[in-house]
Amino acid sequence: MSINWNHYDPNDFFDELMGPHGQARPPAKRLADHLTSLEENELEACRQMAEATIHEMGVSFTVYTEEGNIDRAWPFDIIPRTISASQWDIAAAGLKQRLKALNLFIGDLYDQQQIIKDGIIPEHIIKNSKNFRPECIGVKPAHGVWAHICGTDLVRDADGEFYVLEDNLRVPSGVAYMLENRAITKRVLPELFQKEDIKPVDDYPARLFDTLVSLSPRAIKRPEIVVLTPGIFNSAYFEHAYLAQQMGIELVEGSDLFVDDDDCVYMRTISGLERIDVIYRRIDDLFLDPEIFEKDSVLGVPGLMRAWQAGNVALANAPGAGVADDKVVYAYVPDIIRYYLDEEPLIKNVKTYLCDDPEQRKYVIDHISELVVKPANESGGYGMLIGPHSTKKEQAHFIKLINADPRNYIAQPTLALSTAPTLVGKGQIEPRHLDLRPFILQGKDSYVTTGGLTRVAMTKGSLVVNSSQGGGSKDTWIVNGEKKDVI
Amino acid sequence: MLSKVAERLYWTARYLERVENTARLVSVYDSLLFDLPHDLDISWYNLVTLNSLESLFEERYRNRDERNVVKFLLADDTNPSSMLSALKMVRENVRTTRDMLPLECWEMVNEFYIFAANHINQGINRRERHEFLNQIVKCCQQVNGLIKGTMSRDAAWQFMRLGRNLERADMVTRLLDAGAAAQIQGEAETQMRISQVVWGNVLRSSSAELNYRRAMRSAVREIDVAFFLLKDPYFPRGLNFCLSQMLSAVAALPNSGNAKKSLDEALAFEFDLDDSKRLGGEFREYLNQQQLYLIELHQGFNETWFSAVQRGAE
Repeated sequence: MSINWNHYDPNDFFDELMGPHGQARPPAKRLADHLTSLEENELEACRQMAEATIHEMGVSFTVYTEEGNIDRAWPFDIIPRTISASQWDIAAAGLKQRLKALNLFIGDLYDQQQIIKDGIIPEHIIKNSKNFRPECIGVKPAHGVWAHICGTDLVRDADGEFYVLEDNLRVPSGVAYMLENRAITKRVLPELFQKEDIKPVDDYPARLFDTLVSLSPRAIKRPEIVVLTPGIFNSAYFEHAYLAQQMGIELVEGSDLFVDDDDCVYMRTISGLERIDVIYRRIDDLFLDPEIFEKDSVLGVPGLMRAWQAGNVALANAPGAGVADDKVVYAYVPDIIRYYLDEEPLIKNVKTYLCDDPEQRKYVIDHISELVVKPANESGGYGMLIGPHSTKKEQAHFIKLINADPRNYIAQPTLALSTAPTLVGKGQIEPRHLDLRPFILQGKDSYVTTGGLTRVAMTKGSLVVNSSQGGGSKDTWIVNGEKKDVI
Repeated sequence: MLSKVAERLYWTARYLERVENTARLVSVYDSLLFDLPHDLDISWYNLVTLNSLESLFEERYRNRDERNVVKFLLADDTNPSSMLSALKMVRENVRTTRDMLPLECWEMVNEFYIFAANHINQGINRRERHEFLNQIVKCCQQVNGLIKGTMSRDAAWQFMRLGRNLERADMVTRLLDAGAAAQIQGEAETQMRISQVVWGNVLRSSSAELNYRRAMRSAVREIDVAFFLLKDPYFPRGLNFCLSQMLSAVAALPNSGNAKKSLDEALAFEFDLDDSKRLGGEFREYLNQQQLYLIELHQGFNETWFSAVQRGAE
């Protein structure tokens, strides 16, 4: 028996593929028809093929548990999520706009702090930000860009509109999975790629490479660029290695690098020391340089900050860029866009309550069972309270946390996250909630991925999409409206 | 190239070679034992001796029977030289040098490891062993074929070439030594001339049977076998051939003076294979000296190319 869309019910949520009354939305039309044409066992065969492909490609991520690290196969749902190209173009423009403004903002914070002087953002918010690094004051990175690679999480509410949920300006991960998801889908649903005009995603590594090249402090033809990884035990190691390979550059660990008395960074090679121009670092600020930050860190490179401050090496992202992905700063991003660009934001923020503000804090505490409460600086979905899914005890615990450190908490209304059809059992399809993480690059030029990484909460009703907490992922199709002729 | 990457590539090739060698050794051993006289005490345990793993084996097992020896050599994860351990090291090294190897290499090696780990019991049970080990050898050849067919002949390639040839040189000297030892022991214990069986097996273990026939145009004779495996200029698993390959590899690498010197010495150190001679204690001493050269070579590689970590830290 094949899929019966009449039984598919996303309730009041916006569904990415299916409109009201079981009608597929235009960009999903062919996909839905194709899925309908498959028998239950054919659908199951597709799923098994995807599973085998993932296993063979060795696409994995590492989960930290008390028993040690486990390498898990990448959880993947074979049904793609579709977005129309015209709709995506607007979102992409909004993402570029946002990153441009955030970079101007970060540059300003480490320079004149005009935005504080002009009263747009209160000084104490910045002063008390865990990610503000006084070591960065006065440094002038190339093109005035601090966050070169940004992963911004987008969600769609019940109205079908995109909202920004958060910006990740430190070491955002997931882009390799986006690329691998496409590679898997091409093997599993090859028929659709012939019929449908699906925009390709695979120029990302080349664009990332161009962005990194544009940061080189030396004006030489072939600057030496490396990816700096914390090592094989990092949850995103697969991605670090994947990107290095795709860009044809070295994947290095801290112990491979060395800062000499001339404040230049060198890598240890078979013919001696070789100078490095650009480091795409996938290590957090605090582990970058044991001379400045965590003294015991063996992941970083002693003297790296010295070399960066002297302008002898470019770091992407620059240290200190994380000051702008603080969730309290997030609430100010629309004002930041207006302030630096004199434009209206093209993508909205989710309504955010700052516990720092006494009135808003009172509202949060009074309505805690309806809200999502988040710490200002965590990522990966850790340390959150999802009001409607929480117990009284958990709520009381969070009220205590908020009162103890109001600056560190924000709250947002529980979003009616959009859904998409997801394979949940043999030939069985149900709606599951999802979000979208596009990746935005900014160096000399800027670029947005076509679509991004769609993350899906595999548990019924759950809103938690993080892979470290049992989330899965889907391929994301940006579909051109005009269909190609079938050849 | 990064020193660390060079080292990992070198070990990838060494371990891959070790996987193939172990699979071949175990798979030809069956037939050897069938052909030897029953009163002769040559057993599976010789494979443990051959690989110098006696003390590790004693720690783990009491009985030196077929099942234990085969399990120890193929599957035991406490034996770092077991086929599965070596394959795991191939996988880990490839996983951390993906960016230097052909795109499909990681996928292929990962698949290979999954296959071997899932079917390892077939290797331990006698009935399916031969087929399983054949498959393992085929997978090794597939990976080597991919590497040979698609990898640029740059420094990365040269390091893999060094690893592969060093491991082969090590193996061929061990096989010859085991042959000489078995022959000495056999002649003391039985009246039968077992020379033919023993050296035939040495050839088979080196996958040299046909090559030997074509090159030497003679039946299996101990002096000829030793000559072929040591000095034949064309056989890719022979000692001199491997040393020459390494010589040509180091010539393409920076700072190769010391390595070249050691290789020249090893090549110049020859054993007089006079037709009237038997391969006895003197031959074993010669092989032992060659083994020492190989150890020295490896240490030289380490100092010249891999341990730049210390050099930079000074």
